[in-house]
Amino acid sequence: MNKATTTDISGVAPAASLAASSPDGLVVKFAADDPLPLDGGGTLTPYEIAYQTYGTLNSAKSNVVLVFHALTGDQHAANIHPVTGKPGWWETMVGPGKPIDTNLLYVICANIIGGCMGSTGPCSIDPATSKPYGLKFPVITVADMVRAQIRLLDRLEIPDLFCAIGGSMGGMQVLELAASYGDRLFAAVPIASAARHSSQNIAFHEVGRQAVMADPHWHGGRYLEEDTNPRKGLAVARMAAHITYLSDEALHRKFGRNLQDRDRLAFGFDADFQVESYLRHQGYRFVDRFDANSYLYITRAMDYFDLSAEHGGILANAFKNTKTRFCVVSFTSDWLYPTRDSREIVHALNAVAANVSFVEIESDNGHDSFLLDEPEFFATVSGFVNAAARARGLEIVPQDAAFSGG
Amino acid sequence: MPQNGAEPQLPQAMTRVDHLLISEIVAPNSRVIDIGCGDGALLQLLTETKNIDGRGVELSQDGVNQCVARGLSVIQGDADSDLIDYPDDAFDFAILSQTIQAVRRPKDVLAQLLRIGHYAIVSFPNFGHWRIRAQILFRGRMPVTANLPRAWHETANIHFCTIKDFVALCEELDAQIERSVALNATGQRFGFAIPLAMQNLIGEQAVFLLAQNDRSARLREGSPDPAKSVAGSGRSL
Repeated sequence: MNKATTTDISGVAPAASLAASSPDGLVVKFAADDPLPLDGGGTLTPYEIAYQTYGTLNSAKSNVVLVFHALTGDQHAANIHPVTGKPGWWETMVGPGKPIDTNLLYVICANIIGGCMGSTGPCSIDPATSKPYGLKFPVITVADMVRAQIRLLDRLEIPDLFCAIGGSMGGMQVLELAASYGDRLFAAVPIASAARHSSQNIAFHEVGRQAVMADPHWHGGRYLEEDTNPRKGLAVARMAAHITYLSDEALHRKFGRNLQDRDRLAFGFDADFQVESYLRHQGYRFVDRFDANSYLYITRAMDYFDLSAEHGGILANAFKNTKTRFCVVSFTSDWLYPTRDSREIVHALNAVAANVSFVEIESDNGHDSFLLDEPEFFATVSGFVNAAARARGLEIVPQDAAFSGG
Repeated sequence: MPQNGAEPQLPQAMTRVDHLLISEIVAPNSRVIDIGCGDGALLQLLTETKNIDGRGVELSQDGVNQCVARGLSVIQGDADSDLIDYPDDAFDFAILSQTIQAVRRPKDVLAQLLRIGHYAIVSFPNFGHWRIRAQILFRGRMPVTANLPRAWHETANIHFCTIKDFVALCEELDAQIERSVALNATGQRFGFAIPLAMQNLIGEQAVFLLAQNDRSARLREGSPDPAKSVAGSGRSL
């Protein structure tokens, strides 16, 4: 699997082709008579949502889990990624016998609108001009993303969700869904997330956006028409962002001040240090699978997210009368979405006497912990999900299990 | 002998009696919050035997993680600072089991407990027990007993009280004592049949069921009275 990734670099698909279709995936199309209203005014129409499913829908349709991906994730949570050839970004969490056990549960993971893996985004063709949207794509919000996913559920005739789960921006969508569609949500797991984006997080995003826009190949967002790609700008954005996903301890543990392929300093600006080489690799690997304008739009949506502002400045109002049971998770070394952000969510949920669990997991892997092998984290999620499944009367039925193998 | 360097706990038999007594008091299907829920044993017991809608608050992150992995709804939090978040009357029962002696401001915590729960259930080790009195009197040292196994400098218990002290605090807070039970060293219980001074002398632990005075009358009309529903209330076994 990993071999395929490294050889792909020369034959990289241009960004435009990423949006052309969802490789090996499922797509639901919403025609012009079914527009998606947007927070910023206006509508998105027509639009498509690409998604993947895992497990089997039970006859009562009561076992549906909606997995929300983060900023640079996509719908390929638990299958081999069609572009990178790597395992899905959450294959440790979703699958048979995993914490989100597909022997019991039916998992849907959709690419967000604004994304670049098959759902309509800035690299999709604008029907008004027959050219890629570029910056003509409307600015979207986290609430818009969630609204689109609700439309997807409606189209799939799924009345309500057993569980919604996601980390980082995925957690924001979980919170938004719980606040706006709580009557359709039995259990919610926002992980390493926040009810509003902090000033520091907005600042980091702005650095990333400026890096993209400073690349001459960006062409004011029209790079697809110019048949080019602001690879360097996007790679720098990713490098800066990647640091925020880790922690000082994790970087020190992995790299220290170790030198890369040399035993002395080169007195130049090559990647002397392993950490530099690692970041460059992360940056350039990223641009092969991600669209620069999508990066601008999605980071903007995260910046705009403020659930308490949507509810009169009082976060607890977002969850008034909620029947949903929550499990809030944070990680000790996550300084991008620190534990105090999760605690704020917990305080708000307590203020409405909601059913809430809150766990802070000890880890030095920073914000990215939610994507990594963290046994205590898995124990938390499976404990919570199993208890919620019991409360909802879900159990493994032999014939269901028999069909889930495919 | 301490096992695997684990911290000394209350003897298992004592803990269970304390929990069983509380589980007799709690009404079925009620909303319960257990402040200082530890590893969640009481919440689990109440969930299994009384089908409660239970929540827990626990200071130690290890305890919280264990609870959540067992499927209990528990948050990491501090009795001293976090109860203020909850709305009035959010729960039918707010339980403070073997925890009041470890909080910084017992009076404030008790007041919060009475605010967020229709009823408060408080259990604590009785510092007025004769064995403790005897240790101070004859040895001149802070007592170490099977029930309170740690020395003064290593215990988390910073606010010990006697049963009499606790009753005085309830009066100060205008809390109605609906029921009080003292347990002896072997887990036998003494009810109201025994005078307070005697409970204070021979009770190793005490369990109190409290209600806020200004609404205890209203509550008695509106909801089932757990004090009356308990089998063997006020009777020693």
